[in-house]
Amino acid sequence: MSIVAKHVSFSYGKKEILHDLSFEIPDATLVNVLGPNGVGKSTLFRCILGLNFRYQGEIFVNGKSLKSLSVKERAREISYIPQSHAPVYDYEVLDIVLMSTGSDLKMLNTPGKAEAKRAYEALERIGIAEFAHRNYTQLSGGEQQLVLIARAIAQNAQTIIMDEPTSALDYGNTVRVLSCVRQLAQEGLSIIQSTHNPDQAFLYADKTLVIEKGCLKAYGDPYDIITSDLISDLYNIDVKVNSLYGDKVRVCVPTHEIENHRN
Amino acid sequence: MKGEAVNDYRSNASRRENLVIIGLGVLLLATTTASLLLGKYPIEPGQAIAMLVDKIIPLEQTWTDQQATLFFNVRFPRIILALLVGCCLAVAGASYQATFQNPLVSPDILGASQGAALGAAVAILLGLGASGVSIVAFAVSLTTVLIVLLVGSRARGNHMMIVVLAGFMVSTLCQAGVSYAKLVADPTNQLADITYWLMGSLTGAKMDQIAHAFPVMLIGCAILFILRWRINILTMGDDEASTMGINAYAIRIIVLVAATIITAASVSLTGMVGWVGLIVPHIMRMLVGSDCRKLIPASMISGAIFLLVVDNVARLLSTSEIPVGILTAFIGVPFFLYLITRKKKI
Repeated sequence: MSIVAKHVSFSYGKKEILHDLSFEIPDATLVNVLGPNGVGKSTLFRCILGLNFRYQGEIFVNGKSLKSLSVKERAREISYIPQSHAPVYDYEVLDIVLMSTGSDLKMLNTPGKAEAKRAYEALERIGIAEFAHRNYTQLSGGEQQLVLIARAIAQNAQTIIMDEPTSALDYGNTVRVLSCVRQLAQEGLSIIQSTHNPDQAFLYADKTLVIEKGCLKAYGDPYDIITSDLISDLYNIDVKVNSLYGDKVRVCVPTHEIENHRN
Repeated sequence: MKGEAVNDYRSNASRRENLVIIGLGVLLLATTTASLLLGKYPIEPGQAIAMLVDKIIPLEQTWTDQQATLFFNVRFPRIILALLVGCCLAVAGASYQATFQNPLVSPDILGASQGAALGAAVAILLGLGASGVSIVAFAVSLTTVLIVLLVGSRARGNHMMIVVLAGFMVSTLCQAGVSYAKLVADPTNQLADITYWLMGSLTGAKMDQIAHAFPVMLIGCAILFILRWRINILTMGDDEASTMGINAYAIRIIVLVAATIITAASVSLTGMVGWVGLIVPHIMRMLVGSDCRKLIPASMISGAIFLLVVDNVARLLSTSEIPVGILTAFIGVPFFLYLITRKKKI
């Protein structure tokens, strides 16, 4: 099992953000986390990443209890892909990817040729080796996101967490990034990503995890979970899930908008 | 078979930056040699070289005793001090700018300089000698930064923001203390001493004082040099650094403490020499990029060169010597204004 959460709760002071979450994520699985803004998706991710430690319950990553792992050990099990953001200082792409190779280094060492090779191979695996010596800030948002994915790959962890990887990207880059992520899951990595677009779950998820008000609302195959009722209820709008291409894909459509628009 | 360039994983830009660092090293040797040979008191270059060689292999004396005293007690320590302080302030600046993720931060942002000034002013009021002034300045400087970091660690919200704010506040408090010390100082000698100390100068360099500060500076610089690659990762933010296996909090504290100690050691010897820690890392970022693996050694070397050259100007150019603190500001402020107004991103 990639991630096992047992009765995980988390509170900021008296405000409870997560309430008694339990779920299991198998290896080599692409999981989509759905839920409106502020339901605790990011908090859950921070708990799994070991950035929030004051949660109740237990989290196991690849069979190891999260709280028993050091910063370095944690980094070998699980990596994080943040939203692409402009760093204050500019670095070469290869140097950005190189940053994740430190968990195997001793305190006094800096990365050498072996780490550079690892970083370069990660770029090759994502198919962006030609960016290696370009400046990170001169890349587009989608390209930057791919570099951050390569950085997570170079970290050699089996589980990857992505917080809304496509929210700042245009349509083309969104599709490119998501298909790259799906490919990695097929190659054996477990990837947990949050999204605001329920449609993405049908094409880019093996499982969907729905969180509402800090509680686990549903977890399972997206074709079973994502129904008209659930999405309408979750986001408090009228939505109908439609089937396309002989049910190979489905899309959500806000139905009352159609009527308003056509009348 | 992959080509040479791929196997090495280094870009041409990276190779060029390494050459820049080597070039700076050569420049450092050249300026140091030139500085040893230059001076208002007449010592022939040949005599200067002979005196230095004499320390290792005894030569026939072709110089007067007075020349030797002047060379070894005045010119030599002053050059060593300029090199050490320039190196320390520049590398402290580069480290601070990276850990605060802000290129406009200087190494005295946490109150190291103002704390040292307060310590020095009080020591002068108490009538302590040059060594006493340095020691008290160093102690008060470290205490000031410690208070600022404690305030930051106790505050809620964005720690780095609070730390910077607390640094401003405590610096202002120290400044007020210095003003009060000037007010009550004996105007015939103490006031002049305080004022002169605040301007910053390398004139009073003494070999024994330098020998006390040297181990501290060496250890601080070594720590920053060793951690230089990890400092890069801190610029990504603490959360990202942690998920990449770097203990961001611990490294940030170690870097801040090391950078603060060498800043305090520097200003407690020379008084307020500003701007080196801000300008030098900036120029180096333009030459070798933001990667601290190159930026930190480049800043160390060029900081030493910068302060040595400015001090040479200070001691050679005019008959009444200009304090080096004033000269660094004369050069530093216009450059800073240019930096913040130019359109291209730093």
